[in-house]
Amino acid sequence: MSALLEVSGVRKCYGEKVVLDDVSLTVEPHDVICLIGSSGSGKSTLLRCLNLLEDIDDGVIRFEGEEISDPRIDARDVRKRIGMVFQAYNLFPHLTVLENCTLAPRQVHGVRRADAEARAQELLARFGLADQAAKHPDKLSGGQQQRAALVRALCTHPTLLLLDEITAALDPELVGEVLEIVRAEAEAGMTMVLATHEMAFAREVATKVCFLDQGRILEQGLPSEIFSNPREERTRQFLRRVL
Amino acid sequence: MSAVGWTPSEREQERVRVRRSIRRRSVLLASTATVVVLGLLVVGLVASPGWDRFRETFLSWPDAKESFPDIARGFWLNVKMFLVAEPLILLLGGAVAIVRSTVSPLLTPLRLLAVLYTDFFRGVPTILVVFLFAFGIPALQLQGVPTDLAVLGTAALVLSYGAYVAEVIRAGIESVHPSQVASAEALGLSRGQAMRFVVLPQGVRRVVPPLMNDFVSLQKDTALVGAVGVFESLFAAQDYGNFNFNYTPYLVTAAFFVALTIPLARFTDWMGRRMMEKERGSR
Repeated sequence: MSALLEVSGVRKCYGEKVVLDDVSLTVEPHDVICLIGSSGSGKSTLLRCLNLLEDIDDGVIRFEGEEISDPRIDARDVRKRIGMVFQAYNLFPHLTVLENCTLAPRQVHGVRRADAEARAQELLARFGLADQAAKHPDKLSGGQQQRAALVRALCTHPTLLLLDEITAALDPELVGEVLEIVRAEAEAGMTMVLATHEMAFAREVATKVCFLDQGRILEQGLPSEIFSNPREERTRQFLRRVL
Repeated sequence: MSAVGWTPSEREQERVRVRRSIRRRSVLLASTATVVVLGLLVVGLVASPGWDRFRETFLSWPDAKESFPDIARGFWLNVKMFLVAEPLILLLGGAVAIVRSTVSPLLTPLRLLAVLYTDFFRGVPTILVVFLFAFGIPALQLQGVPTDLAVLGTAALVLSYGAYVAEVIRAGIESVHPSQVASAEALGLSRGQAMRFVVLPQGVRRVVPPLMNDFVSLQKDTALVGAVGVFESLFAAQDYGNFNFNYTPYLVTAAFFVALTIPLARFTDWMGRRMMEKERGSR
């Protein structure tokens, strides 16, 4: 089976500062890739490069066999197939939860209103948000908002889901309910790349863990290897601090 | 880790070339579209049935030259009215907005007055306010109140625009999240201090674009004062036109106003952009 996403030699700079340096990564279907590393190590930037929110300065990104780092590619066409959830939820405050979830299916994918709403309602119900659908996001708790954001991303049937530290802004007691959904999606076979600080979760769910340090993937491998027997000294230092 | 020891790969160099050619193509497309649209507009104008007559009465070069000095003199009066009115409007509008945002029960009559003021002056056409001031105030024969029509006209503009600006500033004040007031009060600041140091700076910054919009509009509305016989630029143009049966001076006046408002509009855009970059960062 060919890789779903292939990142090779990606480089990204902001002015003089190199944020990603020669990053290479392969994502197979049904993989759950956890990006770990300290703040500023490039995890978020990498995710933003993957769905073309940022232009890369070198290297190649291939998605479903097509080079999406080609400037001639239509970024919207790529983003239709990739879902993304942000740390700060980024729900649209002027729309209800249901409208948030049906916006892209209806406007971008041309799904009929009734179908889009049925799909959204079903997902909302599965994630315990059935009675929140008619509310506006600011009326919800942080955990509920982030679950709604996950539903919004899933409503378009993405083939790849990018999660950018989606529990970092949540109270510890709310982290669990969000991770529960991610775990369920992982078990259902959704392909995901996620930046996270939840090491226990990464160890449990990830098929592969990548440790980023100063814009480079210093080490990648099975969670059992990385967490129990890291090869690099910097990985060991990092894990000692967070575990 | 520095940018020095890096040479772009073959692929990246090609990508840079492709990006450049895409950019070139969009510049070309933009230029072509602009030329075509402008060309069509000019053709449409010149091909209109009354074009020759229009050119005689509106585009006469000798008349433009002859009326120019009077219009320029009149326009200087427009500029003066604008420069005097603008700071006064800001002060008045700011004061009214702050009064309307207070909560103290003692200030209720003042708040009521502020509401009446904005309701009345926003409701009455500006030109009517100019008439009321220019003809009504001298008729009262009050001691020490100026009777110069330009002064009275400017006062009318200040009151009329003050009401609009007050509402704009109030919208800015109300857009500041209550948690900002809470955190200011938690630091021990009084209501007034919180308004002055925390709420107002944030609120006003947010409404700078609509404020500038009002000022661009004010610049043009100084011409309303011409309606009561003050020799500002539009009245000067009208005067010339009525005497010589030629309307070219109107276009000369328009050119004067445009020459002043366009730089202000660009300045507004630039300021808005700069502020957004400062507050939001690069992302």
